Amino acid sequence: MHTDGDRRKGDAIDSGDSKKKRDNPGWADGLRQLYDSVVEEPLPDSFKELLSKLDDKS
Amino acid sequence: MAGPERTASEKADFKRELTEVVPHLRAFARGLCGRPDMADDLVQETLLKAWAAQERFEPGTSMRAWTFVILRNAYLTDMRRNRFRGEYDENVAERLLTQPAGQEEPIHLSDMHRALLTLPPERREALLLVGAGGFSYEEAATICGCAVGTIKSRVGRARAALSAMLQDGSIPQRSIEDDAAHRAILEELDDVAAGRGETSPTR
Repeated sequence: MHTDGDRRKGDAIDSGDSKKKRDNPGWADGLRQLYDSVVEEPLPDSFKELLSKLDDKS
Repeated sequence: MAGPERTASEKADFKRELTEVVPHLRAFARGLCGRPDMADDLVQETLLKAWAAQERFEPGTSMRAWTFVILRNAYLTDMRRNRFRGEYDENVAERLLTQPAGQEEPIHLSDMHRALLTLPPERREALLLVGAGGFSYEEAATICGCAVGTIKSRVGRARAALSAMLQDGSIPQRSIEDDAAHRAILEELDDVAAGRGETSPTR
């Protein structure tokens, strides 16, 4: 039986046992990190060029 | 507000907000299609489309959400034209390593990214929007043009699949290279794209 929306498991684990937290798996931070690592990259020149060209078009 | 004539200062505001959102577009695109160069192409395409459609942007609404809709639609179109073959730049991601607290084995971000890329596109984008981009379920639903419950279900399934893959280290090779898998992905894309007509990039 599949219960997709069933997220009540989290209720039972609130005793500092963060290792086993099913709703916040260890990789969740990694996903954010993956995203943030790109956000923090310096913007390549090609984007700066494109953005400055946009002004000419208008 | 949505009149065709924009003042110079409104145009300047649009340009500034568009510029600010570029790093986020790059991150979303990278998560969606894996290869940095292709992701950046997609972002450039998105910027041009956003610029051309700027009259449809309502000042005061979220530029990030608005441009994500444009990027996502461009991605879906490109996917259907077969531009992305799920190629993946191993070198870039390999340099990054994450060590979640309380976990003995570090998780390579490259493994995570690879696992992410094996997910069906609609689950991948849902997880990216909510789990990485920090959008609420409601915002993600608006971006994807579907019900909130659908987004919740997609995120839940994506999380479960990723957990399973990362736990037993059984990350499939790029399934997109497999013809059957690729066909399946394209079929799913049709479903995703079918719902996209409801999302006009104005919100």
